[in-house]
Amino acid sequence: MELSSVKKDYLYRLAKEGKRPDGRAFDEYRPISIEKGVIKMAEGSARVKIGNTMVLAGIKMDVGEPYPDTPEEGAMSTSAELVPLASPDFEAGPPREDAIELARVVDRGIRESKFIQLDKLCIEPGEKVWIVFIDLHVLDYDGNLFDACSLAASAAALNTVVPNERFGLGEDKPLPLTDPPISCTFVKYNGVIVIDPSLEEEEVAEARYTVAIDKNGDIRAMQKGLKGSFTVEEIKNNIKIAQKTSKKIRKLLLEE
Amino acid sequence: MERKIVIPGTIVGTVGKHKPGRGTFSEEGNIYASRLGIVEERAGYINVTPLSGVYEPVVGDNIIGIIGEVGRTSWMVDINAPYPALLRADEVQWKIDYGETSRFLRVGDAILATIASVNEARNIEISMKGKPCRKIEDGIIIEIQPSKVPRIIGKNGSMVSLLRQHTGCWIFVGQNGRVWIRGESENISRLVEAIRKIEREAHTTGLTDRISKFLEGE
Amino acid sequence: MELIKDGKRIDGRLPNEMRKIKIEAGPLYRADGSCYLEWGGNKVLVAVYGPKEAIPRHIQNPTKALVNARYNMASFSVEDRKRPGPDRRSLEISKITSEAFENVILTELFPRTIIDINIEVLDAEAGTRCAGITAAAVALADAGIPMRDIPVACAAGKVDGVVVLDLTSEEDKKGDADLPVAIAPRSEEILLLQMDGHMTTEEFDQALDMAIKGCKEISKLQKEALLKKYKTFEEE
Repeated sequence: MELSSVKKDYLYRLAKEGKRPDGRAFDEYRPISIEKGVIKMAEGSARVKIGNTMVLAGIKMDVGEPYPDTPEEGAMSTSAELVPLASPDFEAGPPREDAIELARVVDRGIRESKFIQLDKLCIEPGEKVWIVFIDLHVLDYDGNLFDACSLAASAAALNTVVPNERFGLGEDKPLPLTDPPISCTFVKYNGVIVIDPSLEEEEVAEARYTVAIDKNGDIRAMQKGLKGSFTVEEIKNNIKIAQKTSKKIRKLLLEE
Repeated sequence: MERKIVIPGTIVGTVGKHKPGRGTFSEEGNIYASRLGIVEERAGYINVTPLSGVYEPVVGDNIIGIIGEVGRTSWMVDINAPYPALLRADEVQWKIDYGETSRFLRVGDAILATIASVNEARNIEISMKGKPCRKIEDGIIIEIQPSKVPRIIGKNGSMVSLLRQHTGCWIFVGQNGRVWIRGESENISRLVEAIRKIEREAHTTGLTDRISKFLEGE
Repeated sequence: MELIKDGKRIDGRLPNEMRKIKIEAGPLYRADGSCYLEWGGNKVLVAVYGPKEAIPRHIQNPTKALVNARYNMASFSVEDRKRPGPDRRSLEISKITSEAFENVILTELFPRTIIDINIEVLDAEAGTRCAGITAAAVALADAGIPMRDIPVACAAGKVDGVVVLDLTSEEDKKGDADLPVAIAPRSEEILLLQMDGHMTTEEFDQALDMAIKGCKEISKLQKEALLKKYKTFEEE
């Protein structure tokens, strides 16, 4: 359905008054809930809700050959399914560009923060390594899949057990990890920039910005999306806000 | 007959003793509910008022539509139903020359219109000739479940009057589950919260009092 | 390995005992109707969208609604990771599931439309197609889709020569026969029926009877789940 011009005008009007349709501040997230270990068949899993957006991440592990340029490192692969269940606008079929961008951005945050210690996942150098498959299954889409998926992937990794027993490689052990990245996503419309966009805010968004922050406040990954633009000042401000906000989210992610 | 919630396949009456009304079907002498809803008897008819489901247009309904396509002598309008509605250029209040349709209504514009006709193939036509009909230029439009519209309006308009009084907002409830609201931002937020509460609790009793208390408590 | 010992199955159940089932109606925000169901180790989530205009126009049926069920398993729902996307098994299950629902949905009430039923298996432990149908039926009622009954499904089978109800993965893999059944519970009309394995006529009669009885028990749980969503409550 075409977005009604009345709705766009309303969001623009509120923006001018410094407000968002659900009453949040520009740097405020919706309520976040993280539930770990929800899927028995997965080696690790987590269900994350940000507002009404709900994402399920499942981690499966398999033994395979390493990449030729990293013969002593395990491998990881992230994919996202925007299944029709989650939204009337998602169609069945192979992943389209938005699902691909989503998966690659989440992957980048995790990979660049060295959260999963791939160098500890070697079984036989040059021959056999562990491959970590992170599968993001979107269940209910109400905006901000980037952050929901990133959180779900990290939460799933935190309870992942390497299935050594099943593969005859010894005892099961937890997945070797360092510290998770925290991803913060912003959208810009009518001159204002808001964090954690809801669906209606995404529908009027002109530009989108995601940044992954590590535990020291350093930057590990970034992505700018959509056809609008940001000023340098705006990007720097976004980073500041992300550094502040990510602390709370990190605490939530790491608690039991 | 008490207000009971029934599910598809529940027996709600007997053919001969009752007549099958809305949300029911008859099979081998019995009348069954076809929808999840509240069963009640009225004038010999057994009706099941659905608790959920799409908007099913009825001639005369006042609705809020959103222009989806602009043709040269007509527009296709999204009326929140499983079928799009046709608005012909000669069914609006303005005089439109051939090919001038987009000057008056463009894609994304919202209108208040009436259901003019629905045929068996579910081809729907709407008209903007009636009194309340107009182009919507300000305020906001929210969507509620069409099945909850009667509750938002209330008996003899009692609920919608209550909402107006307590929030000072101007409200128009479209039969198709779209509600047009005009007012100050704070009042609009309160009103939307109250409407969502009515939606959630639509099937309960004593709702008018609870909504009144809710709005006063703010 | 013995699948039945001293009259009990590997998980301790008796031959005619069902695994534990939990049903929740309407958990999703975007869907028109939804249902979350747990059945033993199975976790299934269903979302219904529709009836809505069937697009492209050429697929429309001028006299009734199309029913499009899509059964999909998440990559992480099984022991060996499944590549995302439909495989032949999912497509077959999707087809027979659509057909089961086409029977009970009053499709003539919504010509030219389509009703999408999205079944996602999140955690699998044998019997996912029955779990999917049972959950989808609740999601359809939740969405307000008019039906003449609420379908329900359950499987029976044969293990170590004994006819049993509701197979687990082990029993499915190593057993002698598997018989998933879906019925319209009011009339006990069969809407879905598949069988693989080896059964005598008597064993089939026994298994079918057992599956239908199982279905009728589960039917009560579906009804409870729907009514629970709308139970009257006092002022908050």
